[in-house]
Amino acid sequence: MTANGQIKIFTLKIDGKDVSARSDQTVLQVCRENEYFIPTLCHLEGLSNIGACRLCMVEVAGQRKLLPACTTMVSEGMEVTTTNDKLAHYRKMTLELIFSERNHTCSVCVSNNHCELQYLSQKLGINHIRVPYRFPKFAVDASHPYFILDHNRCILCTRCVRVCDEIEGAHVWDVSGRGIQAKVITELNQPWGSADTCTQCGKCVNVCPVGALSEKGRSVAENTKRSGFLPYLTARRKEKI
Amino acid sequence: MTLEELQEIKAGEELARSQKKKSIHVCVAAGCMSQNAEAVLNTIEGQLKEKGLAKDIDVKGVGCMGLCAAGPLVSIEPENRMFQEINQANAFLVTDNLEKGKKTTNDLASDSPFFKRQYKIVTENCGVINPERIEEYIAFDGYLGLYTVLHDLDQNEVVQNLIKSGLRGRGGGGYPTGLKWSTVAKAVGAKKYVICNADEGDPGAFMDRSVLESDPHRILEGMAIAAYAIGADEGFIYVRAEYPLAISRLKVAIKQAERKGLLGNNIFGTTFNFTISIRLGAGAFVCGEETALIASIEGGRGTPRPRPPYPAESGLWGKPTLINNVETFANIAPIIRKGAEWYASIGTETSKGTKVFALAGQVVNTGLIEVPMGMSLREIIFDIGGGIPGGRKFKAVQTGGPSGGCIPEEFLDIKVDYESLTKLGSIMGSGGMIVMDENSNMVDVARYFMEFCMSESCGKCVPCRVGTAQIYDILTKFAERRATEADLTLLEELCDVVRNTSLCGLGQSSPNPVLSTLKYFKHEYMERIQAEVNQE
Repeated sequence: MTANGQIKIFTLKIDGKDVSARSDQTVLQVCRENEYFIPTLCHLEGLSNIGACRLCMVEVAGQRKLLPACTTMVSEGMEVTTTNDKLAHYRKMTLELIFSERNHTCSVCVSNNHCELQYLSQKLGINHIRVPYRFPKFAVDASHPYFILDHNRCILCTRCVRVCDEIEGAHVWDVSGRGIQAKVITELNQPWGSADTCTQCGKCVNVCPVGALSEKGRSVAENTKRSGFLPYLTARRKEKI
Repeated sequence: MTLEELQEIKAGEELARSQKKKSIHVCVAAGCMSQNAEAVLNTIEGQLKEKGLAKDIDVKGVGCMGLCAAGPLVSIEPENRMFQEINQANAFLVTDNLEKGKKTTNDLASDSPFFKRQYKIVTENCGVINPERIEEYIAFDGYLGLYTVLHDLDQNEVVQNLIKSGLRGRGGGGYPTGLKWSTVAKAVGAKKYVICNADEGDPGAFMDRSVLESDPHRILEGMAIAAYAIGADEGFIYVRAEYPLAISRLKVAIKQAERKGLLGNNIFGTTFNFTISIRLGAGAFVCGEETALIASIEGGRGTPRPRPPYPAESGLWGKPTLINNVETFANIAPIIRKGAEWYASIGTETSKGTKVFALAGQVVNTGLIEVPMGMSLREIIFDIGGGIPGGRKFKAVQTGGPSGGCIPEEFLDIKVDYESLTKLGSIMGSGGMIVMDENSNMVDVARYFMEFCMSESCGKCVPCRVGTAQIYDILTKFAERRATEADLTLLEELCDVVRNTSLCGLGQSSPNPVLSTLKYFKHEYMERIQAEVNQE
């Protein structure tokens, strides 16, 4: 956007093809509009973008570094490369790193067959993980009456943190610890069931791309997520104003 | 405050100095302080009183004298006779030898290369003035730069001065300071901020701490000049809580400057207002990264966010923000006072001025030094640093902290500037310089820095959070001689991913220690693979 709030229309090149874009759009939005495939995990339409999963890295001509498509705004005459051998390699490696971080075992997971991590790995052709698994020991928090938090399956995309803060306005979730020790917490690292701020709305569960947050009583492969409510909700909220 | 009052304070200080025959300086910066320098100061004062010399001799605590290895340091001025390793028991050596003559066991040659080869701009007042008295800073032309700027220069002229001086950011990146200032000056918005980054976290680096402890007013003046140039009226100093002495001296300095009308409203009788407050870091290394630092000041979790937008456009609370390092701000007042041409005449073609280095590790003269850009590593380590103790052999020097790299002996003659160090796979960084001798194993060195990066990663982006942990695990395998050829390949691959896909500078540069040791000391990695094969 320009300083006086006016939106301009730009033309840019994605993989050599000309496309048009509004100046308030991100590269990712424009790519998706034009049906270019870019993998993402931390991005979710309706939430703020943080550029954390690094799967949406693209090449922009004239830029020394790779840029995350989700947080890069379009500009006039931009030349974006959405995929090549190098990018594909980095994306695969990043997914492998995610798999190695915690204990992702699809066969016993509530999200089996409707997991975004699983889907992306299949789509990008990952058939084995070359980096050693770290097998950390994490507890499961089942203190909430309706939901379960399993840190073993968490990928730290922080969608739950953002949806609770930005959409629900409760800010039950946050991240504690640094680096490989980081984990999502409820309230001040108290059991989820004792969190007074939690409204039990279940938004966090439905935006979770993997099986880290699930509904109680669901067995293997039974927990389908409905993250589609989010664009609908934000669109309706905008209409009111 | 007016110019006349400023000059009056200066004249008053000079008069007071002329009434004393000599003055004894005792270093009370953190290094000497940790060896009980305060007691030394009191002992010397007591002994002078006993001898009835208290009237003629001035005793004061001063900032860092540089040679921290030999502390506590004491000097007798004006002849600059220095003493090393003074404690309460041998403090009489100083007070008994006020007149020239007898050499003592604790004499320190103040004409040794360690002192003579340095060129002091940033640290010109270190070891000279009492950091807790604003009058002494003013006596050395303190706040004159701010006066000149407010009365004789418009905003653009200040920025142009900075551009002409060729000063580059001393925090590590080496971004041209003038360019940064002009960007923020041009940013749209009525509210702007100036931030001083004093979250010095590199292992073995203590340049910023020494400057803050020895000459805090220099930073305040630099920040005020910056604020005028970019149109800000509020400043923050983000200093790590692990520097209690620096924090307390900064607080004293801010209070003194406010009382004298050098901070606050209508500074020097102009319409320029500027206030400074201190924010304490809670010990996260990543908070030295500018966007994480801003998040931390705002009260959030200290994690970086993707740039652009750069802080110059959208920084603290979304307002245009100028962030510079302590050492950068320390250079501002001298540039204004002595002129951009003078500053540009020091240093190399692309890197102007001087650089403060913290010499640490296996080197005789551990301490703080300031040298012109373009001095060779050999001169720094062997002439100024005094070489390797115990006659051992030099192996490598690590520059730039955990994001830097190890430079082997064959490159010791390169001239130190931003470009040359980057070319060697290291970086200038903030100025830490760790010397290693033949007893250091480079795999262990790389593993040490990787452990630092792993535990200091904020955990936001995947490559840095998981990648650094995986690299560390592989290096542990090497350390325990369990590694295979495949591990070496994977190590290189992981370094490449972490470097190219991490979110912030901390992640992107974290593989540097591994990559540079792989480049120059690959045989040490191979030896450990080989060892395993032989065992089988």
